Amino acid sequence: MVEIKLSALKETKPHQYLVRFLFGGAATLLAGLVAKHFGPAVGGLFLAFPAIFPASVTLIESHEKERKGKLGYDGTGRGRMAASIDAAGAALGCLGLTGFALVLWRLLPTQNPWLVIPVATIVWVVVSFALWELRKNRLFGRHPDARSAH
Amino acid sequence: MTELVIRFLVGGLVVSLFAISGDVLRPKSFAGLFSAAPSVALATIGLTIHKEGKLYAAMEARTMILGAIAFLLYAVFASLILRRRKLSALTTSLALMPVWFGVAFGLLAVLDRVL
Repeated sequence: MVEIKLSALKETKPHQYLVRFLFGGAATLLAGLVAKHFGPAVGGLFLAFPAIFPASVTLIESHEKERKGKLGYDGTGRGRMAASIDAAGAALGCLGLTGFALVLWRLLPTQNPWLVIPVATIVWVVVSFALWELRKNRLFGRHPDARSAH
Repeated sequence: MTELVIRFLVGGLVVSLFAISGDVLRPKSFAGLFSAAPSVALATIGLTIHKEGKLYAAMEARTMILGAIAFLLYAVFASLILRRRKLSALTTSLALMPVWFGVAFGLLAVLDRVL
């Protein structure tokens, strides 16, 4: 069951939001500059560059560690496991990302781009969520959250 | 210059929104999907179409597939190493960056040779 936990927003400090904003902005800028200098083929690679991934998993690890620390435990191992689970989810999301790019590549030349972009986004959502659901139902093996705290 | 500033601001905003979505969602494996959201592409594709045209954007999307495959392998290795080795998330995610570059540019070289 997917849940929304708004209280999690308080765990992230202002400077951590700023870091992600700067990383995101820099990654987008980099993708544009690379495409300008090396052409669309090389530039396209950077549209799927894991620019913000290191910041995200580090944040998840530190939040989990802090949470366990408040309870008097050493949360180092749990922090790493939480980051590992997030990375496994990202791997599934990458298949959705591949679907997103595939739709753009095939449909952009012939269709209205302002329709193609939402369709590609829906494909990312559907593919990613469907794979996550399959994973949750253990079709691909043991569910990763079974060994971790939520 | 204005275009670069717009690119930076839009990119930062879109990436932050996807990251915040990942923060508030549970379980963690589901939230992880948002670590591989097409945030950079969504932030930049409209500007690219506006400036260079939709064929140029389609060419970028074709090699974005290779970048996404490289990201997939990078994320799988990151997950395995974090689970099995006593390395921090930051060390692991930065040390594995050559995997993304190697796979992405390796696949691009193969694509160039085949086509």
